[in-house]
Amino acid sequence: MLIYLSKRLGLSVLVALFASILAFSLLRLQGNAASALAGEGARPEDIALIIQTYGLDRPLVVQYLSWLGDVLQGDFGTSYFFRSPVADLILAKVGNTVILALASLSIALCLAIPLGVLAAVYSGTWIDRICVLISLMGQALPSFFLALCLIMVFAIKLRWLPASGDASWRHFVLPALTLGYYITPPFMRLVRAGMIDALGNDYVRTARAKGLPGYRVVTKHALRNALVPVVGLVAVQLGLLIGGSVVIESIFALDGLGYLAYQSIGYRDFPVLQAVVLLLAVVYVVLVLLADLVNAWIDPRLRVS
Amino acid sequence: MPFRRSLIATSLALLAASPTYGQQSENTVRFAYGQSLENPNPYFTTLRLGVILGRNVWDTLVTRDLETGEFAPLLATEWQWIDETTLEMSLREGVSFHDGSSFEAEDVVATLSYVADPDNRIVSQQVASWIESVEQVDEYTVLIHTAGPAPSAMEFLSTQLAIFPAEYFTGPVGESDAPLPVGTGPFQYTEYTPGGDIVLSRFADYFATDAKGAASLDRVVIRTVPDVQTQVAGMLSGELDFLIGLPRDQADQLGTLPSVNVESGETMRIVFLQINTTETGPNAALRDLRVRQALNYAIDKEAISSNLVGEGSTPINAVCFIDQFGCTEEGITAYPYDPERARELLAEAGYADGLTIELAAYRDRNLSEAIINYLGEVGVTVTLNYLQPAALRDGMRAHTTELVQMAWGSYSIYDLSASTPVYYGGQPDDNNMDPDLIAILDQTAQTTDPEIRAGLFQQALARIADQAYAVPMFSLPIYYAGAEGLRYETYPDEILRFWNYGWE
Repeated sequence: MLIYLSKRLGLSVLVALFASILAFSLLRLQGNAASALAGEGARPEDIALIIQTYGLDRPLVVQYLSWLGDVLQGDFGTSYFFRSPVADLILAKVGNTVILALASLSIALCLAIPLGVLAAVYSGTWIDRICVLISLMGQALPSFFLALCLIMVFAIKLRWLPASGDASWRHFVLPALTLGYYITPPFMRLVRAGMIDALGNDYVRTARAKGLPGYRVVTKHALRNALVPVVGLVAVQLGLLIGGSVVIESIFALDGLGYLAYQSIGYRDFPVLQAVVLLLAVVYVVLVLLADLVNAWIDPRLRVS
Repeated sequence: MPFRRSLIATSLALLAASPTYGQQSENTVRFAYGQSLENPNPYFTTLRLGVILGRNVWDTLVTRDLETGEFAPLLATEWQWIDETTLEMSLREGVSFHDGSSFEAEDVVATLSYVADPDNRIVSQQVASWIESVEQVDEYTVLIHTAGPAPSAMEFLSTQLAIFPAEYFTGPVGESDAPLPVGTGPFQYTEYTPGGDIVLSRFADYFATDAKGAASLDRVVIRTVPDVQTQVAGMLSGELDFLIGLPRDQADQLGTLPSVNVESGETMRIVFLQINTTETGPNAALRDLRVRQALNYAIDKEAISSNLVGEGSTPINAVCFIDQFGCTEEGITAYPYDPERARELLAEAGYADGLTIELAAYRDRNLSEAIINYLGEVGVTVTLNYLQPAALRDGMRAHTTELVQMAWGSYSIYDLSASTPVYYGGQPDDNNMDPDLIAILDQTAQTTDPEIRAGLFQQALARIADQAYAVPMFSLPIYYAGAEGLRYETYPDEILRFWNYGWE
């Protein structure tokens, strides 16, 4: 297990490092940061001042190594745009994003598990088809479209919930519903497939033969087994949610990490973007590592291979 | 995204009969802005919101009376040029800052000296670079010494040079120990977090003048809402009371609702095509006067202005906004829409079989498309290069662009020094580098005499038109939407004067 753990850890560090190099190079390809930051009507003096202040005239490798050196010492630098420490900015915004991600995940699971179970139990019937259709729509609908539909109904027409902002829990309902519904399909498909598989197993037949009521066979025996792969998917989707909320946070004006990234792209705010990308890479890597470890712990065959 | 717009249009139809809840009871205006303010200090932001806050939270030494167009007293009560490089200003007594301290000459000396020092790195250096030093004569009198003749001095003193308390700045780049910025203006900061809401509240002890009165609103809440559709939804759901900069179609749709009051206001922002005639310019055809004249004749700017841009847009023949000092259309060659004449000129220049030009643009793509169609009609094939503003500017400064679609707002300054010399006076954005024109515009910076300056600007504008260095198009309007019952006014400088706003 220890060898397995160290191998996986080493690989994770490499992945995070590679992601940071990639982000650094791609951002630099975008164009002149100083000119974008200087704003409309900036004079060459204004632009030269920015280049000089942030050392943007140094070779790219030097810029990257100096950034990496600072990061390893816990210093993420100062935002070009907000002119405040990047770590403070991220700390101030990460809370909203985590709340949104967890709420979306809860909504997705609350939708996916019952739908998946229903679809499996009534596999091949019209109930199955309706469940699959509901989940497929989640995948097919662009998230911004669903967001605007929800705003139209719940904010404009019914006036039950606010359309934008992050002042209270009510502000998180519509964005969480949008994102939650968007990530429901993979969970639902996994639960459905797992349940169909489990329901055909001998232990389920035995349970039924013992005369256990149908709902107990489904929830206690089959569902438990069908949910094992869902744990791994939760890890991956949580990473996706934390990184993938850029559009939704911008539409709902929810002041989180995704919105910070969106703004920073516009202003070529390299320090913030690099830190956000690195953070997301690390979150992803850690979650996947955790999922792998849990799986390896459950299934010893993985450790050997 | 037309699809998203049609969705909002549907919601508008749904909502036509619903009531709107304003914020009358709280005497508050909730205003949405598309971008986050990176710094609450107007000297350290490039956003227009910074300029707007600069006027609402701070005062300048003088202001411009919008009725008469003349400079009017504000923090200074009287002023006079003692000689060409010394401006004496007498300051108002009995004025308080938001922190309770009183306003005196040392505050003016400290603020202006701070912003004029390049080491303190304010974002727009030209605002203060004309100041050489500031001297305190007594408690309420200062002398501002300029590096040379500074014809734009009063402009900057009346628009951008907000006065802070003397002890406010403790380091470069706006460093301060104060938790929130402090001014003397009709509103004061109550809340600011980077990227979050900004809350302003009425400053009860504001000294009011005829040109700038006290606020009647108790609070102004500024929220960052990047998505225009979400802004509109916020307006419809009663979460927001005021929006600016709406696209025309959305403004038209919102305007059909009784619960929203939509206005269009003309702005100082003018659209013009800049033509690169420099020797190193990539398209030699543009160095031929007849081709440039043909471009002018080929485009029906009146039609684009009235049909595409809409109410609040005025066609222009000189490259300037008509209310700016020095802007005139008298004696300026105009090129009315005449596609036949354009074809003749192109044929004379040897392009009877057509010509290909690249048009670079960074905003208002619908206007670019219209321009391309008009030019296509006379045989000019246009390839569109749609760029980020910064990339476009880099291209212009490297003289690698051919035709550029510009929209210039003159920093909201009512003087042509903020516009014509920038594009024709040999500065980095100049794509003609005409020595005669540069010489004329240089002289406008050497004198403070209004008559001489006006004459020189007229000469410069006439030469630009005669040489057809540009295709002047029209001024751009801006669309505002206010909740029912909100009283607001619009001005060409796009400044939101919240102190004039109120609920019916």
